[in-house]
Amino acid sequence: MPNADLYDHGRAAGGWLVNKDVAVEVRNAVKAFGQGDSAVRALDDVSVDIRKGEFFTLLGPSGCGKTTLLRLIAGFETPTSGEILLDGKDITQDPPNRRPVNTVFQSYALFPHLTVAQNIGFGLEMQGRPKAEIAAVTANMLALVQLGPMAQRKTSQLSGGQQQRVALARALAPQPKVLLLDEPLSALDLKLRKEMQIELKRLQLETGITFVFVTHDQEEALTMSDRIGVMSAGKLQQIGTPREIYTSPLNRFVAAFIGETNFLSGKVEPGGVRLPSGDLVEASGTEGRSGQVTLAVRPEQVRLTRAGEPGALAATIANWVYFGTDTHCHVTLSDGTQVVARLQNPASGESGLERGKPVALRFAPGAAQVLGD
Amino acid sequence: MAERAFSATRLPGFATVAIVVFLALYAPIITLVVFSFNDANSVAVWGGLSWRWYQVAWENTLVKEAAVRSLIIATSAALIATTVATMAALGTTRRAAFRGQTAIYVIINQPLMVPEIVTAVALLIFFAWIKVATGYQGLGYLIAAHSAFCIPFAYLPIRARLEGMDLSLETAAADLYATPWQAFRRVTLPLLAPGIIAGAMLAFVISLDDVVITEFVKSGGQDTLPTYMLGQIRRAVTPDVNAISTALLALTVILLTAFFLLTRKRD
Repeated sequence: MPNADLYDHGRAAGGWLVNKDVAVEVRNAVKAFGQGDSAVRALDDVSVDIRKGEFFTLLGPSGCGKTTLLRLIAGFETPTSGEILLDGKDITQDPPNRRPVNTVFQSYALFPHLTVAQNIGFGLEMQGRPKAEIAAVTANMLALVQLGPMAQRKTSQLSGGQQQRVALARALAPQPKVLLLDEPLSALDLKLRKEMQIELKRLQLETGITFVFVTHDQEEALTMSDRIGVMSAGKLQQIGTPREIYTSPLNRFVAAFIGETNFLSGKVEPGGVRLPSGDLVEASGTEGRSGQVTLAVRPEQVRLTRAGEPGALAATIANWVYFGTDTHCHVTLSDGTQVVARLQNPASGESGLERGKPVALRFAPGAAQVLGD
Repeated sequence: MAERAFSATRLPGFATVAIVVFLALYAPIITLVVFSFNDANSVAVWGGLSWRWYQVAWENTLVKEAAVRSLIIATSAALIATTVATMAALGTTRRAAFRGQTAIYVIINQPLMVPEIVTAVALLIFFAWIKVATGYQGLGYLIAAHSAFCIPFAYLPIRARLEGMDLSLETAAADLYATPWQAFRRVTLPLLAPGIIAGAMLAFVISLDDVVITEFVKSGGQDTLPTYMLGQIRRAVTPDVNAISTALLALTVILLTAFFLLTRKRD
């Protein structure tokens, strides 16, 4: 996939410009582990601009390289090749203690021999700030994460959610230019995780600090982020707003990883894509494409209508599953392709769905999307 | 009724075996301690309670010199071995697993596996060369030998402690602007301290009661407490040996108790 497509700004004709709106710029980062033929490329030529003040999420399955990219920005790893810029300044070779970037670790990594307040003040103390300032900032941070009464406790006496807040406060206290968060919510139970999602978003808006958040949870990514970078196999597959990523996935990986998707194969023809069943489907993204392509359609964009309706695809109901808010109806097209339609349940009465019943399918306008390879 | 889980305590004869084992372990020591307070001249016949043999031992300059020598050697060896062991433990655990790690563990723990008598003979010959070459005759040889065989004893508790410490702690310190030295001083060292103290005490105790290597390495007039006692017993079994042994035992028990309390803490 051509990398240039991923960029929506920042690269003027003919050269690299320092963009005042960009906090972190990763240029062609490669990170290989091991040597020779057995080397594994955890990051394979990744470039991304993270804007100032945005909540940027790196989303992908485990082993996709998202944590490696985070560790590269933090300085815990050095790239095999490529550069990392912070506010336009090359920091690729700087050790972590010289980067104005702080991390919230997955394991929290709180210092067990220090109190909550000492943990939060640690960064400022290492920076050699005056005692009065450390005390003031620590008090502010404790208030920000609502842990005031816990200041003198040891961190082992706190619950998981409280430890999480200490880790956040500790990383925010030195007012980093960028806050890196490495799957910080994965150790929390569902209810706490939901609360912390809202809390994190609030902290980001209140502090105005750029957040780079790593997660494998698509829902977390969609609900919290300003922009998402979807990663797989060491490459950035797509960068965009949650809406762009969800409604216009660039390729099959992104479409399948985020939400549920129906995949249909077909041939590009004037006016749309011709399915094996003979039906012509209107689709976006056909420009410049020819031959066999894959179409993606979200289940909630599939409508069921009466069999025989002109312009609709003939199908039979194979099965349906009731989910409360909606019903997932599995239908079979005349060529055997399975399609899932997510139908909103009526307020009362029966859905009228029956196994084996002939129906017809329609896709909402703009719902069918031709995927890249 | 569900069957109860297997338990060794319900096997027939469990109590008998336990009593026999405890008697075998502790009866001789109890006898030794009791007879150290014996007023009689014999080590076998009871003649009433007294501090007499402690006084005899205390007034014996040879015993006092040997005791001071033992303490000097054990303290020096514990300090040196613990320093080396701490560095070795940091080098082997504060990083991702690497090729040859097991080999390094084996090399560090070599004194635990090589028969002590072999090390003793090897050191005797090796130090003889150095003595000839340098003319130095002092306690340095004993301190060096003791430091070497104490390293694995100091290494084991320190490494165990380090392995229980999340590697991301130092990473977090570095992330929060600590230089490598600050990260060590403010995070690693305070968390490691119980392990280091435990290691040092174990090394001290091990050095304190060594006989085999000391016997081979020492020059004339360099008896430690254990080798002095061995020498005494070769001539005649005198009750003051009981008193010295009991004193050593008391010191060891105090140190080992502290060792267990320290290693148990914070788990």
